[in-house]
Order: sequence, then C-alpha cells, then structure tokens
Amino acid sequence: MDMEQILKILREVRPDVEFEKEKKLIDDGILDSFDIITIVSEFNETFDIDIDVEDLEPVNFNTVEAMQQLIKRLQEEE
Amino acid sequence: MTVIDYLQNAAMRFPDKIAFADQDKGISFGELLERARHIAAALTDRFGTVNEPVAVVIDRNVESICAFMGIAMSRNFYVPIGSMQPLQRIDLILEQMQPKAIIAIGSSLPGLANPDRIPILQYDELAEYETDGDRLCEVRKGCLDTDPLYAICTSGSTGVPKGVLISHRCVMDFIPVFCETFSMDEREVFGNQAPFDFDVSVKDIYSTLYCGASMYIMPRVCFSMPKLMVDALDERRVTTIVWAVSALCIAVGVNAFKHRVPGHLKKILFSGEVMPVKLLNVWRSYFPDAMFVNLYGPTEITCNCLYYILDRAFENNEKLPLGIPFQNEGVFFLNENDEPVKTGETGEICVTGTCLAIGYYRNPERTEAAFVQNPCNDRYPERMYRTGDLALLGKDGQYYFAGRKDFQIKHMGHRIELEEIETFLGAIGGVRRASCLFDEKRNKIVAFYEADLDKTEIIKALKAELPKYMIPNLFLQVAQLPISKNGKIDRQRLREQYLAGSWDGTGTNTANEEETAANSSET
Repeated sequence: MDMEQILKILREVRPDVEFEKEKKLIDDGILDSFDIITIVSEFNETFDIDIDVEDLEPVNFNTVEAMQQLIKRLQEEE
Repeated sequence: MTVIDYLQNAAMRFPDKIAFADQDKGISFGELLERARHIAAALTDRFGTVNEPVAVVIDRNVESICAFMGIAMSRNFYVPIGSMQPLQRIDLILEQMQPKAIIAIGSSLPGLANPDRIPILQYDELAEYETDGDRLCEVRKGCLDTDPLYAICTSGSTGVPKGVLISHRCVMDFIPVFCETFSMDEREVFGNQAPFDFDVSVKDIYSTLYCGASMYIMPRVCFSMPKLMVDALDERRVTTIVWAVSALCIAVGVNAFKHRVPGHLKKILFSGEVMPVKLLNVWRSYFPDAMFVNLYGPTEITCNCLYYILDRAFENNEKLPLGIPFQNEGVFFLNENDEPVKTGETGEICVTGTCLAIGYYRNPERTEAAFVQNPCNDRYPERMYRTGDLALLGKDGQYYFAGRKDFQIKHMGHRIELEEIETFLGAIGGVRRASCLFDEKRNKIVAFYEADLDKTEIIKALKAELPKYMIPNLFLQVAQLPISKNGKIDRQRLREQYLAGSWDGTGTNTANEEETAANSSET
C-alpha cells in the first residue's frame, strides 16, 4: 500500500480537496458523512481490510498520514 | 398568537431548564427569551419594518435558534442560509429573497459578492443590544398568526431557488398535533440531526418549545464518525430522533450499534426518502421497544401530512405504507382526471388545510401553479397543494409512495430538480447539450453531456455554483443525445439506452464512463 493509492481514492471522491495540505479533514467538516462512507468502503475493498466502527474517529481520518497509519495497522492485524 | 407564545410559556414553566444545547454550550428557556428580546429590539430599532425577510447564516449552534426567535419576535421572518454551500448559490438565494439584513454568527461569508449591499449584522452585537424596548412593544401588538415565520429555500427547476413561505399559523397548526400524536412532553430530549435550512428541523425546534422539552444539536462530526453519533445519543440521554432517512442509514452502514446502543432512545421518526426496510430492521433489532414512524410531506405543507406508526414486523422486501393524515390535514390521492384513485391506481398526493404554505416568496407564477383551487370543490374557494408526488393505492387499502410526476428527485435527503442541474451544466462554456437522470437502483445522479471538455473541468465549474449533493455522481460524455420529434432531448430513450448499457445514442458505445464518486453512497 502506498500513499499514491490512498490519494487516488481520495481524489476520486473529492477532486476539489488538496488532501496533502489539509490537517483537519474531519474537524473542519471538509469530509462529510457521505464522503467517509465512500472512502471507508473503497479502503476496505482496495486494501482488503475491515474498518470497524471503533476506528471511525476523527484522529484516524483528519490527515492522509493518519489514514495511511490506520490502513497499515489493520493490515498488520490481519 | 404566534410561536413566541410557545417560548414565553416554556420560559414561565421552566425558566432555568436547558432548552437548546450544542457541543459547547446550552441556553435555558429564560435566557433564550431574553436573548430574543435583545435581537428583536435591535432589528426593530434599526429597520422598523415588519414582515420582511432577515437572512441568518446558520451553523449547528444555539445562536442560530436565538436569531430565529429574535427575528420572529420583531415580526419579521427568517431565511436560514447554510454556510457550507457555494457563495454563488448564496448570492442567488439573496437575490431572490431580498432580505433586509444578514445576521452572521461567526462566519460572515467572506468573498460573498452581495451586489445589493445587504447589511451584514454581527450576531454578538445584536444579542447585547440595550434598549427600553418601547418600539418593539408597539410592533408586537400588531402581530398576526398569518404573518410569515420563515422561508426555506428549495431547488427550483429554472435555476432560481424557491423560498417556501410558512406562517406562524402553519407551524401552530402542525406542531401541537405532531406532539400529541406521538405522546411527546417535557421529558423529551430531541437529538437534532437536520440542518436548520431543512424543514425537518422545524419539528425539533418547535416541539422543544411547545413541550418545554430540550434539544441537543448534534455536531456534524457525529454523522461522519458514527461512533460519536451513538456516544452522543447515549451521553446526552436523547429520547427522540426526527431524522432524515439517510442519517439512519449511516449508522447501519458502519455497524455503529456494535460500539454502543444508546440507552434512552424511545421514539425514532424518519422522513425525506423511502426508508429501505432492510436497514430499518437493523434499527428495530437494537430498539425493539421503540416507536418507529414513517413520515411523509413536503416543505410546502409544513413538514408532514401523513404518518405511519409501525405496528407489525416488515419483511426486508416489503414497502412501508405512507399511513394516514395528521389531524386537521386533508390529503387526497387524485388520478389524471382529478378523481380519487381506485385500488391498483396511481395518483398525485394533494393536500388541503391550514398547513399549506403562504406560497413561494416573490414568485407568483410558481405559487399559482402549485397552490390551486381544489378541483373537487366548485362551490367556494379552497386552496389545495399539488405535491407532484405519486402514490399507489394497494390491495391492502394502504397508500405507497410511487415516484414523481416531474423531474424532481430525492437524493441523500435533498430535494433536487434535475432540470436545475441541467440548467447549470448547459451554461458551462463548451457544453453543447446536457441531460440528467436519476438511477434509483444505484442511487446516483447521472449526467450525459455533449462537449469536448474533460469531466474534471465540468465538476469544477459545477462545484462553484451548486451544493455538493447536486453534483452528478456519474458523468457520461456522449457523441449525441437522443432527440425527440420536437427537437427536445428524448429523456425516455436516453433512460432506455442507459439501462441497456449503450449510452452514446449511436449504438457505438463511445461513452466515457467515469465515476466521480463525489457523492456516491453505498448506503
């Protein structure tokens, strides 16, 4: 899993957001509920993981790096 | 009699009880009444007008409610403006509504063109305004229950938003019936999900005032991170939710109740779209003793006119009935000859009664087209609202939602006129022709366009003009759209071609399918 793959998914969902720059994607309301649902299902499928409700916290989605760490952790738990 | 009486009664009964709370603070009924007085006096002293619109840049906070109450007390009406939509769209709304002033809470909309130079007032200054209140007293004496209370803007097919104008009387006709039908009282804690520019929120706000209950304005993040949603419902001891269907679906989609099952939830009411029974059954399995209610109705008849309290188990493939009319609302199902439908027939849902909106603000043509004389009555004037929604009378004697007469759709809880999207699509330089359809099965708005433009360019252009939920989810570039004999885009053929999988109109399948996934939701 590399950063480009994650960014590709994110840009498909929201072509208008500069994901590398944003640090508060959730706290500032940049990503809404429908974005998150789409992103979570794309992540699950692409990276063969199962993002659980317990993982759905702002701290895991506020930045691209946080999302990368979450995916990495879930892949290692597999 | 106005809704301010609800506030005054509640402030008398429960002066210190928290009426409305958001993530950071709460306000008691007594404080709310006091705050509203300051705001009303400031507006009266400054403008001295009555029955004029005042816009409020809303957010999910108690200040928005205080501003609404202040405007209502000053005998003007409020126009809630969501700050998350494109500035160009806000300008369009302002142009149509011509408000006397814009009340800014926090965000004062930097970058707004505001060509009419509408004064922007800071909420904090209004809330602290000091006065003897003599002028306000004079104004209040003249209040009528037929005065407008709010205008909520909805999608208009021509690209100009329509402001649905609702009177105090409309709300005071509906809310007491609503509260009594579902046995609501001062013990209720409403968990507010609907933004204040949606009339779903009218039920939360005015039921809270009418019952002397309380309402928690759930922060936006609760709906993107459903773990926080269930935490908030439990910690804030929410008893009642009146939500959009899409919000209920979010919780199921991520299995939120695995984390925590809110312990106080007793009443679950939903509206806005057809509720998928499969998802509803998940909710019912976690809340076996709660009351579940399917609500139906457009903004034009003040929230809802039909309700169905779930009284039995439903199979996943069953549909929920629309139910029966609320007390003091007349609901008719009329076929093409304006006769009541028979079993197995489909007809338009039509509504009469005090609940009918005053009309569309500064839009007599659209008002006359939708609010008509009841065709079944040729003896005296009786206004009827034609919803444009269709219902089927089933063999079981129940009515079921059966789509639209026109090109209006419901997508993610929002009312959208496909023609409005087309208007903006067609206005983009380089786009020759465009048409949209709604793929109900995949829950996607599909745009077809003839142009040499890249879809990213088109999305960028649309995003500047339209709210996010109106941006199509799928863009199909086609060589030529099918044309009917009279030279118009043949929607029927386009839909057939789309469903058959040949989307370019020539049968050569040159369509360039690309999903934006901008709004796609798998719920």
